[in-house]
Amino acid sequence: MKAIEFRAVDFSYDNGGFAIKKLNFSVEEGEFVAVLGHNGSGKSTLARLCNGLLEADGGEIEIFSMPVSEKKNLYEIRKNVGIVFQNPDNQTVASIVEDDIAFGAENIGLSREEIGERISFALKAVGMEEFRHSTCTRLSGGQKQRIAIAGVLAIRPKIMILDESTAMLDPRGRKEVMDVVTRLNKEEGITVLLITHFMEEALRADRAVVMNRGEIVMQGTPQSIFARHEELETYNLSLPRIGYICNRLRDGGIPVHDTLDEEQLAEEIAQCVLRQSI
Amino acid sequence: MRITAEHLNFTYNPSSPFASKALKDVSLTIEEGEFFGIIGHTGSGKSTFVQHLNGLLRVPTSLKKYKAKKPKKGEILPPKTVLTVGEFDLTDKKTDFRALRKHVGMVFQYPEYQLFAETVEADVAFGLKNFSEKKLSDDEVKDAVKQALEIVGLDYEAMKDASPFDLSGGQKRRVAIAGVIVTRPEVLVLDEPAAGLDPLGKKEIMQLLHKLHKEWCQTVVIVSHDMDEISENCTKAAVFSEGEVKFVMPPSELFRHADELFSLGLDIPRTAKICRALEQRGVTLECDFTTEDLIRKALALKG
Repeated sequence: MKAIEFRAVDFSYDNGGFAIKKLNFSVEEGEFVAVLGHNGSGKSTLARLCNGLLEADGGEIEIFSMPVSEKKNLYEIRKNVGIVFQNPDNQTVASIVEDDIAFGAENIGLSREEIGERISFALKAVGMEEFRHSTCTRLSGGQKQRIAIAGVLAIRPKIMILDESTAMLDPRGRKEVMDVVTRLNKEEGITVLLITHFMEEALRADRAVVMNRGEIVMQGTPQSIFARHEELETYNLSLPRIGYICNRLRDGGIPVHDTLDEEQLAEEIAQCVLRQSI
Repeated sequence: MRITAEHLNFTYNPSSPFASKALKDVSLTIEEGEFFGIIGHTGSGKSTFVQHLNGLLRVPTSLKKYKAKKPKKGEILPPKTVLTVGEFDLTDKKTDFRALRKHVGMVFQYPEYQLFAETVEADVAFGLKNFSEKKLSDDEVKDAVKQALEIVGLDYEAMKDASPFDLSGGQKRRVAIAGVIVTRPEVLVLDEPAAGLDPLGKKEIMQLLHKLHKEWCQTVVIVSHDMDEISENCTKAAVFSEGEVKFVMPPSELFRHADELFSLGLDIPRTAKICRALEQRGVTLECDFTTEDLIRKALALKG
């Protein structure tokens, strides 16, 4: 079943110019899709169209076969599509962590016991159990973001959209969040739409999509996308540094394959160098 | 301006249940002309440290209400705190902190959230007007704003009347930086200057900082989580952890201490990871951990 489906969707902001242009795009249930693109490529607009935060000008968007354009579906759709945004400061609604996480769950009318359990589950998933009774404003940016993710998890959405949610986190925080997201996808079967410009994060996805000026310009497995580095550069996306190193080494006569793994690259360099010294 | 800190301590909310020690006996020197990196995990005290540099956070002895306590008999006094930025003694009540702030520019995380004026020109001019001792003529303000916008790579004529809120993320950040450097600070401190930008935006901001370092600000201090950014750009770096300074050395030495950094919850640059993996395979590659040097040395190994 298709979790998200866009058919010829158009969208433009008030100041004119298309943000999304005749977009056809779909995500299967349980799939993990990464959306890459430079700033202003339309990737965040795509996220906001998914649960009706923005309304498309043309075309059709369906979430589990429910059209987003029909108002009566919105409540159900928003229960199924959780979005985590970039800035943790804009996503906190309560002063105490557990109240903040409970907010969404309370809104969908769950029982008190159920909410309690979901808070525990969500806090555990993001590794913040010890902060249950902390004051939100006293948390660091990374911790706040994990609380925001926990708030979404408490609704147990079928689809989770992360709109550059790790951009403000430090490397450890980023890895923790990505581990959580990957696990939720693999074990709980949550469909994940990951919007990012960290290429390394996109590697975890089943499929990567590159957007430019409101259109999808590249699509495939993350590895196959990264192999097309020259094309990526024309969309203002630069390769992860290691990809650049691979290229340059190859140009210089060390026959290495494209990889994003340091160990593998080192192995190939070592083989080349050691072979020569024998 | 040389920055020197010795035995610097700082506690948030002292003598309250929320008291938390953010800096513990920090000693650190940043020489004039350096492109200095400050690394540390969330909550390591790095932001607390940099906020001392322009007096946003103060050493208690520099506060008007500070009264020296007489030591009790037999009490051993803690070592004296030293904090100087060039000529300014930041532990002294008589220091002119306003003048200090003119010399030490501070760009916060996500500075674009602090844009407020109706036009780009008014936004950039705000700090300039506030810091100047005499009233500046319109032409003087215009000139300074124009130069500041141009050095950050924005076209003055095209931008001056635009609302800062209509600009793209990268442009907003440039305007915000222009608003700080317009007073021509000698020291420029930036908290995570490239955070949240796409790879191209990151590259452009780092290029801008190098340009500023070369032409306008003698000393640049950046706080960063991104080890690649540190290894590629900085002449020296300090590692903060739990309020203490663990290392102060050039990146080329620092990232040899991979195991210690891992144990502090920090990472090493990709280049250092490759060198480490090579070493485990019996290939020694000595490089300063910049990408270009790694490539050069690797190709030299091949011969």
